[in-house]
Amino acid sequence: MSTPALAYSEKFEIGGRAFTSRLIIGTGKYRSFEEMKAAHRASGAEMVTVAVRRVPLDRSSESFLDHLDPSVAILPNTAGCYTAEEAIRTARLAREALGTDLIKLEVIGDQTTLFPDNEQTLEAARVLARDGFIVLPYFTDDLIMAKKLLDAGCPAVMPLAAPIGSGLGIQNPANLRIMREQLPDATIIVDAGVGTASDAAIAMELGADAVLMNTAIAEAQDSAKMAQAMKLAVEAGRLAYTAGRMPKRLYASASSPLSGVVQ
Amino acid sequence: MRSWPLRIQVNGERREVDEDISLPQLVAILNLKPEQVAIELNRQVVRRISWEKTVLRPDDKVEIVHFVGGGCNANC
Repeated sequence: MSTPALAYSEKFEIGGRAFTSRLIIGTGKYRSFEEMKAAHRASGAEMVTVAVRRVPLDRSSESFLDHLDPSVAILPNTAGCYTAEEAIRTARLAREALGTDLIKLEVIGDQTTLFPDNEQTLEAARVLARDGFIVLPYFTDDLIMAKKLLDAGCPAVMPLAAPIGSGLGIQNPANLRIMREQLPDATIIVDAGVGTASDAAIAMELGADAVLMNTAIAEAQDSAKMAQAMKLAVEAGRLAYTAGRMPKRLYASASSPLSGVVQ
Repeated sequence: MRSWPLRIQVNGERREVDEDISLPQLVAILNLKPEQVAIELNRQVVRRISWEKTVLRPDDKVEIVHFVGGGCNANC
């Protein structure tokens, strides 16, 4: 059995750092730190994303970072920001606190859908990329926007598959496929909307380089089990993509020889 | 020398601190672990190496942040 080696040997790179796992996961919504840690272990993820918030004053708060495996890369995010300016300030604070140039840029446009404000995102991406950040922007699954973000200096783009936390799965596979075909060299990370393992596999089969998710794992009844399912799905989807799928046909095509049938 | 209270804002809350306190002193007063926070003074990040020489002035607005669980939206 040598086939699975492909998924493992083929590295995925962000900001000069190579990763074996193509699954990036969040750290929110878990019922307990223990549950989060078990899910992180089961997922095999080598990068996790964390949010930046004001420290609570007048009450002690334990450090969230102490609950993360020290070997995983930390990807701070600007979740909760509604303007480019807020996102830029948050990114700079994150860099100062963690000493990393990585930033998952999120500028939200609306509270109900949590859809990104692409215009503000692009503006922030330009400023942050000039400022030396490795900007990974969350944006609407739109090819033109992806091009603009790459031109702005982002080393990867993170199109949504469906609204954040919705678990609806890949709502517009054509957009992701077009993005993959038109930007063959870009690093595309599907961010948000995955609900279960098959969604992650589909994202990877469409050619995504990686998938980022939070709620699908954290809100599963058994987070660790779902994390493992996601790990396998991402690997399976990547293998299927690199294997090159058969063409779809409307009619049957027999697998067995047509001659020599007992009559 | 008598210290006079200095009115500042920390994370949106009004605070009175002693005059001439520096950022490391403020962090200590608030019982925070310095290595786990980042500080913005009047909307500009203050590099850790500059904390010591940064002395608070009246009406300064200080933001002190840390990391929390999240991956997605504001309410994670």
